[in-house]
Amino acid sequence: MSVSRQELLIFTIARLLKDCRSVAVGASSPIPGAGAVLARHWAAEKTPSRRLFLTILGSGRLNAMTSGGVELFDMAAQGRIDAFFLGGGQIDGQANINLVGAGDTYPQTAVRWPGSFGSAYLYYLVPKVILFREEHSRRVMVPKVDFISAPGPRDDGVYRPGGPIGLLTELCWFSFDKARRRFRLETVHPGHSLEEVHDHTGFAFDVAPGIGTTPAPDAPTLAAIRGPIARQIGEAYPRFVQQLFPDAA
Amino acid sequence: MSQDWLLASADALAAQLPDGAKIAVPHDTLGVAMETTRALIRRGAKNLHVVCVPIGGLQVDLLIGAGCVGTLETSAITFGEYGTPYRFHDALKQGAIRMLDATCPAIHAALEAGHKDIPFIPLRGLLGSDLVVHRPDWKTIDNPFAQEGAAHDPILLLPAIRPDFAVFHAPYADRDGNVFIGRRRDLATMAQASTKGALVTVEEVREVDLLASEETAAGTLPAIYVGHAAIAQRGAWPCGLWDLYATDEAHFRRYGELARTSDGFARYLDEFVHVRRQAAE
Repeated sequence: MSVSRQELLIFTIARLLKDCRSVAVGASSPIPGAGAVLARHWAAEKTPSRRLFLTILGSGRLNAMTSGGVELFDMAAQGRIDAFFLGGGQIDGQANINLVGAGDTYPQTAVRWPGSFGSAYLYYLVPKVILFREEHSRRVMVPKVDFISAPGPRDDGVYRPGGPIGLLTELCWFSFDKARRRFRLETVHPGHSLEEVHDHTGFAFDVAPGIGTTPAPDAPTLAAIRGPIARQIGEAYPRFVQQLFPDAA
Repeated sequence: MSQDWLLASADALAAQLPDGAKIAVPHDTLGVAMETTRALIRRGAKNLHVVCVPIGGLQVDLLIGAGCVGTLETSAITFGEYGTPYRFHDALKQGAIRMLDATCPAIHAALEAGHKDIPFIPLRGLLGSDLVVHRPDWKTIDNPFAQEGAAHDPILLLPAIRPDFAVFHAPYADRDGNVFIGRRRDLATMAQASTKGALVTVEEVREVDLLASEETAAGTLPAIYVGHAAIAQRGAWPCGLWDLYATDEAHFRRYGELARTSDGFARYLDEFVHVRRQAAE
């Protein structure tokens, strides 16, 4: 059975969330959302079954907040969010992320992206921030971001119980070493190579000894992704599900 | 009972909002006052300071394109899956608006300070972000309550945001001007932080008392925080309103085609915003 890129990413994200009790997913994030729903599905299947609290922004059903948009940030500060996802128009080798713009001088940047959203807060406070950006190119993975929306971990005395655990792209999974302030390539996705990752990454990174291939989901997991998981995330991301999982739409 | 709070139309509501006013507006899924937005453009509002709680979308792109905005304070401008905010991008490049980039919890926290009328509020995170470099109104201090002997603990202070008005759209008001906001508590914070309260459009006014039942009272913005209201059916269109109606995707596509250029945007305004005036002329 062939596994699509998105299915591999959904499965990988769910594996990264395995031990979490509470996961939040921000705006415009269908793949992280589906990964989080799969992680909840696994938790519910365990004996005894385990609860995984989900907060998916943009969803009515997969969101239990009753105190407004501010509640997500307050929950994060209280230590009630174990994992969150951030991306960026640019990401550099020290895990600084840029969601504002690139080229020329701020605010008149040559390219403008939406803005920093909650990154300049959640990046510091959520213990497992998973950097997720499908496009893996030298345009995105740069030596140094043009604008720091949220800085990678650094030794500056700033209160920072959280931070990035790694970076997942269309090519690979890097872990992030907070002490060394460097990414380390852990696994390359099936069909891709270490050389390809080097070619498309603008920053220097370490390579794990005995680097492996990112595991692909087995048949029952794929069936779950294509069925109940796709149906649940379809409430928040109908277009995504229509395109990728038309049978579940 | 007197219904002096109830105005005849969104245009009458927009007339309450002077040029240069600071307004707090909610993001697209909370209930955006799009009819009021069109009315503001029709009346030629100028130099508004728009605070997005905490991000903005079509409403802001329209106001910017129509030249109504002097300052924009927001954590992001996005149409989500529905296109690109070209007028916002264009105004930034031209230097036509003062841009105050923020992060979502900073806007929420500063509004909470406004709602308590305290001058500032501390917030975690942010230090080391370039956002701080471009916000001279934000200041860093050492936590004065840090344990003695502990390493220094820098923390950011944000000045309170006290808008003149909160501007949003909600499903209904009751006969006394209490407004049903459900679990959208941000709308209450915005209204309470605003010196002149909320300017609200509603789908309808119902002959009920929202405060009479515990179940509805919990989701109600009391009338004391409501400056004025007006009925505007489908007043959030083309944005959606909660579970009452969905985003008009086809209209967003049309907007995206036209708003790519300033000429196209002018045509959009003629077709969808100034129609009332044309009908009246």
